[in-house]
Amino acid sequence: MAAVEEVLPEAEAVYWRPRVDAARLRHQGRLWTLSAAFHVVPFLATAALLMWVQPLALPVALACLAHAWIIPELYAQRGANVLRPRGRQADAPEQRSVGLLGDLVGHDVRALHARTGLVVEPGRLGSWIVGESGAVLLPARRGRAYCYCVKVDARHPDAAQLPSGDRIAHLLLALRSDEQGFATIANLSFAGAGWRLRRRMAKQMRPALDAAHLWLDRPSSATG
Amino acid sequence: MSKLIRMDHTGHSTVAEWTADDPAAVEAAVTAFGAELERGYLAMITSGPGQAEQVRELPVDAELVILRLPISGG
Repeated sequence: MAAVEEVLPEAEAVYWRPRVDAARLRHQGRLWTLSAAFHVVPFLATAALLMWVQPLALPVALACLAHAWIIPELYAQRGANVLRPRGRQADAPEQRSVGLLGDLVGHDVRALHARTGLVVEPGRLGSWIVGESGAVLLPARRGRAYCYCVKVDARHPDAAQLPSGDRIAHLLLALRSDEQGFATIANLSFAGAGWRLRRRMAKQMRPALDAAHLWLDRPSSATG
Repeated sequence: MSKLIRMDHTGHSTVAEWTADDPAAVEAAVTAFGAELERGYLAMITSGPGQAEQVRELPVDAELVILRLPISGG
């Protein structure tokens, strides 16, 4: 990331949000866990209570357990959706945009993009996976994945019909310019267990998750 | 040869090309650069591996200047 602290101009539009740093990330993660517990624990407690009061209520207790399982899965699905590919444009613009994106990244990342449609980018907060309309941050402290919904501002008339490579390149350049600002501008859609996210990602995208984890294993990787 | 390119629906378009020792080309590039910024584009240069920097004036000595659109939370 840039040595000189630069702030994305887009951050002015979300002036009320505290700038994201490692501590803020951990805080958001804890809040997410607390919120998930508030959703899940009542169903678990109800299931236990039903079985204690009346074992014949097993079907209802099982339904409660299913709810307790499904709610975090739905949130994880929402997180995985930030990496889903969007509509494709004609072949020529697509190829041209992927060519430009390829110029911005190294050989390994270029090959990964060809397989998964995603780009992995190391940062100070952790390892990023960048898609066409969002990004996932895997902090150095393992276990949690932060999924962000962020894309080219659709209010600009030229934002429509951007090819896939350009959509990623826009996000990548913004991320490289101001990682904390990028995470501040983006809307957090999931901050839960990485294994839940993995299960919800399309199979062909999972190598990007592996590559992001591999980067975290490097001795010089992020400390957030 | 330096290039100013804009990411758009075509993949990308070359907005201007110049060499530092060609004042006319530089002037045309500066004009084009200003016009794109007026249209709401942001100009970026690569400042090292994995690093990008926003520029508000055309860096004449840069090899590649990329124009991107603003981003927002989805």
